[in-house]
Amino acid sequence: MSSIFFQLLQAVLMVMFAPLVLGFVSTVKARLQNRRGAGIMQPWRDIQKLFNKEVVLADHASWIFRFAPYVVFTATVMAASVVPSLLLDTPLSLTADVIALVALLALGRFFLSLAGMDIGTAFGGMGASREMTFSALAEPAMLMSIFVLAIGAHSTNLTTMIAHTLHTPLLIQPSIAFALVAMLMIAIVETGRIPIDNPSTHLELTMIHEAMLLEYSGRHLALMEWASAVKLLLFATLIIDLFFPWGISGDASLVTIALALMIWIAKLMVLFVILAVMETSMAKLRMFEVPQYLGAAFVLAFLGLIIHYMLEVAV
Amino acid sequence: MTALSNTWFAERLGDHGIHSQYLEDHHPAHMPCLEIRRLDWADAAEEAKRLEMRFVAVWAALAGRHDDAKTLYSYMAFAHPEHRHVLLRTPLQEDNPEVLTISEHYIAAYRMERHMQDMFGISIKDMPDTRPWIKHEHWKADAHPLLDDFDGHSPMQPDAGRAQVDYDYVSCESESVYEIPVGPVHAGIIEPGHFRFLAVGEKILNMEERLGYVHKGIEKSMQGRTASDGLMLAGHISGDTSVGHSWAFAQACEYAADVMTSKRCDYIRGILCERERIANHIGDIGAICNDAAFAFMHVQCSRLREDMARLHHDVFGHRLLMNTLTLGGVAHDVSEEACQKLIQQTRDIAVEVEHLRAIYADTASIQQRVIGAGIVGVDDAKDIGLLGYVGRASGHEADERIEEAYAPYDELDIAIPKGEQGGVSTRVWVRFEEIASSSRMIIQMLENLPKGSIQTDWVAPEAGVSGFAAIESWRGEIAAWVRFGTDGLIDRYFVRDPSVINWLGLELAVRTVPVPDFPLVNKSFNCSYSGHDV
Repeated sequence: MSSIFFQLLQAVLMVMFAPLVLGFVSTVKARLQNRRGAGIMQPWRDIQKLFNKEVVLADHASWIFRFAPYVVFTATVMAASVVPSLLLDTPLSLTADVIALVALLALGRFFLSLAGMDIGTAFGGMGASREMTFSALAEPAMLMSIFVLAIGAHSTNLTTMIAHTLHTPLLIQPSIAFALVAMLMIAIVETGRIPIDNPSTHLELTMIHEAMLLEYSGRHLALMEWASAVKLLLFATLIIDLFFPWGISGDASLVTIALALMIWIAKLMVLFVILAVMETSMAKLRMFEVPQYLGAAFVLAFLGLIIHYMLEVAV
Repeated sequence: MTALSNTWFAERLGDHGIHSQYLEDHHPAHMPCLEIRRLDWADAAEEAKRLEMRFVAVWAALAGRHDDAKTLYSYMAFAHPEHRHVLLRTPLQEDNPEVLTISEHYIAAYRMERHMQDMFGISIKDMPDTRPWIKHEHWKADAHPLLDDFDGHSPMQPDAGRAQVDYDYVSCESESVYEIPVGPVHAGIIEPGHFRFLAVGEKILNMEERLGYVHKGIEKSMQGRTASDGLMLAGHISGDTSVGHSWAFAQACEYAADVMTSKRCDYIRGILCERERIANHIGDIGAICNDAAFAFMHVQCSRLREDMARLHHDVFGHRLLMNTLTLGGVAHDVSEEACQKLIQQTRDIAVEVEHLRAIYADTASIQQRVIGAGIVGVDDAKDIGLLGYVGRASGHEADERIEEAYAPYDELDIAIPKGEQGGVSTRVWVRFEEIASSSRMIIQMLENLPKGSIQTDWVAPEAGVSGFAAIESWRGEIAAWVRFGTDGLIDRYFVRDPSVINWLGLELAVRTVPVPDFPLVNKSFNCSYSGHDV
């Protein structure tokens, strides 16, 4: 009974925390730029504002365009709710398969790209084509990076993988380092952060993710923005789960969950401070260099896999 | 005024059998206006090209007080680094105003010729591009705003039939080429302009500009204004170049009226203009970096620019230095205390900018973006006659502070940066160098500020007198020509913002970059939309 409650709590936390995470990153970035920033609540206020605004639809928008925000949001929230953040063993843990997770995200992306093209503007199509090009390169690299860990755990189920990491003695595993770097690189592409995409840009021609959202307004835009915030938190939690799971609660008692919550937040803060520092100190890559970047991520993940076989399995 | 008449070009024209006559009612004498026969129009341009003169502008005007009342005149201006500016004009036929194009000699002329065609109904013969330019589709075909019979006060009814017609963009039939229309409404808050890209994948084949969305009718509105009203309007032609445009207008009027400004006034104008240059360069450097998502520079540069704006407000009464010039003077004197403040701030900002420059130069990721992007070659820059920092980054250093050496620049040490690579990084480099050089000039001017009055009495010239001035604003040379009518009212004002020419350079520069790099290249040019669409 209580594990169901905590499962729910976990999912609600993911969705509710997500805009705060965006606010946290932009506040840290603002501080690094010697600004005060708009505060961590700003994304929440933006989403609230958008929900109160009317939806303006293009005359030739089809049902896909209207439908897409709900699909994207639902798919992202579903993906987020199966990723364990506080409690390891939840009723949904059987479904918490990494490949299913990637598929859910791909479903969201598929509809997002369709919606981008549906409206028929040049930017929507351009954004969709860029998004698809990069995700076609990012997905294999992401799976490859996850496989490095999955092979050790003999499972692609997240709960099993986390449990495996928790129960193996802390050894130096070089393959994990490769997988971690690859995963961090992919996460930046998937969540559209600098140096790949700039979420705060107003320049239509440089956009990837934002270009597909240009025609959205009102609650549709709110859902899309919210979904991308959830996605950012989801990737951060996934990285924590896969590489630094220590602190996650093994049983569904209030005390351990509260402790796990604090540890989770602390880990998130560290990750996002690193992200903010990186984004402040870097300019965007030339778009033609993104495939090379993704290629590098794939190669790193693949090296991790090879190293795992060469050095770790034999031992 | 003891300036000698500038006879160099008239003699060269004479050598080629082109007869020319000095206009008595044009000032100043060192930038004369010559009247030539209509038949010699294109030949004169060809000769100017042969003499490696720089094309400045081509425009038209109705007859002035001293002219044959019903005639339209076509004007053009050239500049030579050693022999200064020369204006040529020719009367057009009364019943059928037409003139041969000069754009085969000077490519930069073609948009201005289209502008003449739109505004006066002059037909330009043998023009490579006959599409309307400033006059968009919904305008009536026979509406020629600068002719006398056009009523500029009542709203013009759009022509329903013509509104359906689409502008004939350069297009490509190939299936793999797709068009990207961008603007005039953009996702961010920037001026309106339309860009039509022809792209294969992310590679730009061609980019065509469509401007005129901020056409304000300034040329028409100038007619019948008093000079001081006109000065106010000139200062608002392009908000970021308020001092430059005001100065160009004021100097053209002062030349026409033979009013000599005091030395103190010249120095203060110089300080204003250089401060404007620094403020805009700082803002732009930040914005260029922001376009590559390097927000740190943007925030720091905004802060510096804001500091300047605040001091401008305290000392000169306006953050963007609007309305700081008067005819024959300046509006605000600089007190001893203000002088110290300005010196201090200019020093501080120069130091901070050098610091930021080191950060910019040391950040590999931003360098990777700017180096080699958006290149305009030296030959192209010369052909088009690119101005200001855009020209200077491509080895074409036309600078009026040296060519015309108007006061106070005749007494200052001007260092002009000379770049040759012509890419985004070179343009940023030129701007950094100009900030340093302008800071030195400002301090030099403030430390040697002459004593005396800041205002000379303004007396409007008699009807029919015209004046021409070329001022190096922060974007480059602003060419202004003014002619007075009766009662000291303005009869015709023509101004050419440097953007009119530099926009052409942008079309060339973007051919070397992929689509997502366009904003970065565009920002490094930062041409004015408003200054173009007067």
